[in-house]
Amino acid sequence: MPRGLTRLTYVDLFLWAFRIGIVALVVVGSVATLVAGRYTGQQWLDFVEFGLAQGGIYALIALGYTMVYGVLNMINFAHGEVFMSGAFTAYFVAAPLGASGFLGRHLLAGLLLVLFVSVATSTTVAVLVERIAYRPLRRAPRLVPLITAIGASFFLQYTFRGLYGAGIHSYPDIAALSGTWRIGGIPILRTQAIVLLASVVMMFVLYTIVMRTKIGKAMRAVAEDRDTAALMGVNVDQVIVFTFALGGAMAGAAGILYALVFKQVHFFMGFVPGIKAFTAAVLGGIGNVPGAMLGGLFLGIVESVGPALFLDGLGIRAPYQLRDVVAFTMLLIMLIFRPSGILGERLATKKA
Amino acid sequence: MRIGLILGVVAVYMCLVGLVETFKARWIISDVIGLGQLLLIMAGIVAGYLAARQAAGAGGVMAVAQGAVAGVIVGASLAALLVVGHLVDLRVMFVNASPALYSLLAFGRDTAAGSRLLLIAGAAAGGIGGLLFLIPTGVRRNLIWGFTAALILSLFQDLLQLLLQTPGLPLTVRRFLFATNGPSLAGAATVCVLTWVLVALRSWRGAAVRGRIAALPPAGRRGLRLMGLALGLAGLLLLPTAGGSFVSLVMVTTGLYTLMGLGLNLEVGFAGLLDLGFVAFFAIGAYTVGLLTSHSQLGLVHWSFWTAVPVAVLVSVIAGILFGIPVLRVRGDYLAIATLGLGEITRLLVLSDALSPWLGGSFGILLIPKPVLFGLELSAPGQLYYVTLVFSALAAYVAWRLQDSRLGRAWMAIREDEDVAQAIGIDLVGTKLLAYGLGAGFAGIGGAIFAVLLGSIFPHSFQLLISINVLVLIILGGMGSLWGVVVGAVTLVGLPELLREFGEYRFLVYGVVLVAMMLYRPEGLVPAAARKRELHEETTMGDEPVDSAPAAIAGVAAGGEERAVGEG
Amino acid sequence: MKRSKMLATLALCAAIGLGVYLASPVPAATMAPTDPIGVITIGPGQPITIAWWLVVSGADGTLGTDSRRGIEIAIDDKHGMLLGHPIKLVGEDSGCNPEGGTTAATKVAANTDVVVAIGSSCSSEAVPGAPILWKAGIATVSPSNTAPKLTDPNRGPDYDGYLRTAHNDLIQGKVGATFVRTQLKNVKTAATIHDGSPYAQGLAAAFADNFTKQGGKIVAQEAVGRDDTDMHPVLTRIASTKPDLIYFPIFVAAGGFITRQAKEISGLANVTLMGADGLLTPDFLKAAGDSAIGMYQSSPDLTPDAMGADYSKVFIPKYKAKYGELPIAGFHAHAYDAANVVFLAITKVAKSDGGTLYIGRKALRDALFATKGYHGLTGIITCNQYGDCADPHIAVYQIVSSDPASWDVGKNPKKIYPVGKKM
Repeated sequence: MPRGLTRLTYVDLFLWAFRIGIVALVVVGSVATLVAGRYTGQQWLDFVEFGLAQGGIYALIALGYTMVYGVLNMINFAHGEVFMSGAFTAYFVAAPLGASGFLGRHLLAGLLLVLFVSVATSTTVAVLVERIAYRPLRRAPRLVPLITAIGASFFLQYTFRGLYGAGIHSYPDIAALSGTWRIGGIPILRTQAIVLLASVVMMFVLYTIVMRTKIGKAMRAVAEDRDTAALMGVNVDQVIVFTFALGGAMAGAAGILYALVFKQVHFFMGFVPGIKAFTAAVLGGIGNVPGAMLGGLFLGIVESVGPALFLDGLGIRAPYQLRDVVAFTMLLIMLIFRPSGILGERLATKKA
Repeated sequence: MRIGLILGVVAVYMCLVGLVETFKARWIISDVIGLGQLLLIMAGIVAGYLAARQAAGAGGVMAVAQGAVAGVIVGASLAALLVVGHLVDLRVMFVNASPALYSLLAFGRDTAAGSRLLLIAGAAAGGIGGLLFLIPTGVRRNLIWGFTAALILSLFQDLLQLLLQTPGLPLTVRRFLFATNGPSLAGAATVCVLTWVLVALRSWRGAAVRGRIAALPPAGRRGLRLMGLALGLAGLLLLPTAGGSFVSLVMVTTGLYTLMGLGLNLEVGFAGLLDLGFVAFFAIGAYTVGLLTSHSQLGLVHWSFWTAVPVAVLVSVIAGILFGIPVLRVRGDYLAIATLGLGEITRLLVLSDALSPWLGGSFGILLIPKPVLFGLELSAPGQLYYVTLVFSALAAYVAWRLQDSRLGRAWMAIREDEDVAQAIGIDLVGTKLLAYGLGAGFAGIGGAIFAVLLGSIFPHSFQLLISINVLVLIILGGMGSLWGVVVGAVTLVGLPELLREFGEYRFLVYGVVLVAMMLYRPEGLVPAAARKRELHEETTMGDEPVDSAPAAIAGVAAGGEERAVGEG
Repeated sequence: MKRSKMLATLALCAAIGLGVYLASPVPAATMAPTDPIGVITIGPGQPITIAWWLVVSGADGTLGTDSRRGIEIAIDDKHGMLLGHPIKLVGEDSGCNPEGGTTAATKVAANTDVVVAIGSSCSSEAVPGAPILWKAGIATVSPSNTAPKLTDPNRGPDYDGYLRTAHNDLIQGKVGATFVRTQLKNVKTAATIHDGSPYAQGLAAAFADNFTKQGGKIVAQEAVGRDDTDMHPVLTRIASTKPDLIYFPIFVAAGGFITRQAKEISGLANVTLMGADGLLTPDFLKAAGDSAIGMYQSSPDLTPDAMGADYSKVFIPKYKAKYGELPIAGFHAHAYDAANVVFLAITKVAKSDGGTLYIGRKALRDALFATKGYHGLTGIITCNQYGDCADPHIAVYQIVSSDPASWDVGKNPKKIYPVGKKM
């Protein structure tokens, strides 16, 4: 950093003070909580488990964000709504299946059907949005697609509100999936175990697609340099559509997993997870597939464990009201000191 | 064919989303035609128009025929909905697929007769669309203006009726234009024809008049411009009084958003720093004033509004700088999420139980007294409007001077390319922090006025949506341009407020408008000239999908050039 | 140039000054009879305009729509006429948030024909809205605001025109606590959760105060966000304090999540759950499913034996006939009573002169506050000096079945307290 050395030093000082301050708070709080011994070891494990399950869902949605960003350099604000559309639409399949007892008798077939509907809807919505709202704006400056994405997000939210109504619907209870399993003596909620497992599997599948297949290679090429990739004979349009479709599929799957754990679907359910997932993607290193996974899981755990761990010890009342504060503060710290995220971004040195 | 199908889908969509059903009672012409039916008819007409345009080469009759066919397809889609709805209960999934909707679609008859009528109506609408295409452009444009005016008469009928209620205006005007439920047939027709005539006049004689104005000596032109300015100013100053307290409230809200827009414009428009947490500064300004002036237990001291405002501005500026420091090295889209995080952190902190002994928690701060000026208590929205106006004018002046100042140019340099800016000697840190600080200061003023406007502040008022609104507003209005901010505020805030009765569909339309604007006019409504050049240069150069080598080479050549122009 | 600039600035200031002066609210022209605030003159055959400001759209739309229906039925019962003049009902949607309340109140206040207002639905609307109405001389009676702050003795003169026929949440919290302490013998400790809304926070605080006063122990007071979905961590935190009961007076979305997830937390397997009137809707059964069975809820007592035959045998059939369904929220009867209280007050103070009616605004307000012993659907309405008029019958219900189709206030959820006596 050549110029303005004095100024930079003050700023640096401030930033260091900030970092030290936060770390101090965290340490003091954590120590106080652990000393007070309020939570049992089992409960700490519970916190981690809940965080992982929530994080798995964030990770799956974050994958969509990160892929689109990597390939198109734009934030797809409407991705949260893609997630919602799948989960909400699949409800209308799940409800009659549940009511008729089909889900109880043929659990796997039923779940697969519901999953299929969700993924199909999400993928369709994602591809449609790309075609109508994003494709004409490929070369526009950064802010224009952002605004379009916001507009698309509103449009989707209120479309589904108009179509399906503003009420809250619940997925049917599945007897086989409630209750806990004991893994290594530790009770884990079945739904959460499934969510975690499914997330990991899907992430693995995605990673394989991106790293090992031809189309994956094409995606990475387009992400690196769109025009050169075109020169090399890559059909850029097709690749972009595929990216959106893949992201949409992941979101649709995330929707079903969400529905399994939380049961309630509602037209506004995609907004907050969308933002959280974006945060997770940035945390892990945007444009980076394993980074999104890691970021998602990390965010989930921090949100779940954080308030109990250090806010509690600092004597803050109702710490879970501030869980988003914890999440965003962590994001800030990450961005200040490692702007490329946990796993870094290959194109970190490229200016945004 | 495809056009017909697409518009058919759109028509079915409008039915299922509930637009048609909800608005069928919103009378365009009292008891004759409602907004809901109009939407469907428009689908048919648009289909016809587009189809005719596509078939233009084949001659007039063919064009109209094609139009009619497209219209029939639209009608058929609706008929299909009718038939399916008859067979299957769609209501389980689509809440608006109700018997009332079906009877509306079927013109009150049974399914079979209704379907036939739909097909015929579709053909008619499509035919009209086709005919529209055939009419000479000028006449068509004027016709559309006329119908738009009649539509506006209906959409804004509440406001207009309120305005026409002011004492001094004869009642007959209002009674002529409006029947019980909406505009009367005579009223709508008159407005339509009148507008048509006016617009036609403008296009015929407009060029001549413009030429005459251009030929005037500079003094004359300046005189005309001053007159125009004076008229505008008079309108601005007197509208709240004429319109009553509701209109004043809308204007105050617009004014506040303008203030915030001017502030965010400094950050995003001038300096290129994407800030999605802007509402935090608004909140800080409001809470500062609240804490300093409130009569409740949370009030720290009992200062007057006028003493509290400078403090609020100062606190906001400091907050802006403090929020800006951690994100100094963050770029581009990361900045968006980082600032979004900061905004949310602020909101959650003021809402939290933890800080509620000092900030009120979810109960907020109440009993904030109204400002008192020379003994006159400024309690009506109309009076606060003038306060807002003065502050907005001040802010606009500051922004205007900054634009061409050294600082402003430094900002623009940063916006175009940070590394180059640093290389030519601009102090990135100081310049960026100044942008954040000043922008925050503007928002702080807005927050201060907001606090006394409602007399109480609640954390729920400071949501992410406001930050998004302000960002959209400046982009819609035209980024980097000061008039653009005002226009954006009026369009995005004023209009929806006035159209409040459209309920939830406001946001639906909001979304569609955003997407449409970005697709067709990304530079905004009143752009800075340079921006418009930039954006249209890019879109004309790089529009074609890059999927083959020859095109790709052209694309690369163009792409290289665009990046130099300034993608930001 | 300097001079013209000065002139221009002077002119501008003058214009602004004029505007400010003109924009000041002007008291209505007074004629005989006079009234400190103003008099509304209603000519022969002209309607008496009553305005509603309730939330009729959006997620909470059922609340306001239900109340508005109560008002409409009250007007029907009067055959649409009062003192020989037709009753005209106008209204604005208030959105259940402060900005919506401000806008709705401003719009209503701008209409000089309005005699009196009924609203708002949500307490957050009333806090900024009621002063706006009162500034224009319009008193308002709320059918469903329950926040204690609105009728607090220290609320300030801005709220002099505000009354309500709904209960004060201080009472609901007290009844809830009393129920737990007297009926659930094995509950010694409790935890509360609110969702950051003033309603929930106030109610949770009222419950906590009364619970402690009656010998119980509050072990945790937590909060969640309205949009939060994962309640497991906060519930685990509560579990570490080992409560016997969790009281969460919040709304359907978050309430549903808490109800479902509470059973999944180790340590909370046997905890008792209790909510309040925010959850008294079949939507909650849909959201929470089987996990809601056995849960308690406090709410205004709408069962036939508490409300009397007037309600169950006369009002409900009228409601059903007119709107095609049973009531969709809990405050229709309060709205009906509010409307009748308003009619009574108007009848008391209106002075007739030929066919013209004169209604003094302050006199009307005073008459409203002087309402005493009126037998309404919800009980005996008597207004105290701060605007609390309700005769609150709060009952505690228990959910018996999770099937939304079996929703019938009194049977499912089943009323279990108080039994046999009216409070």
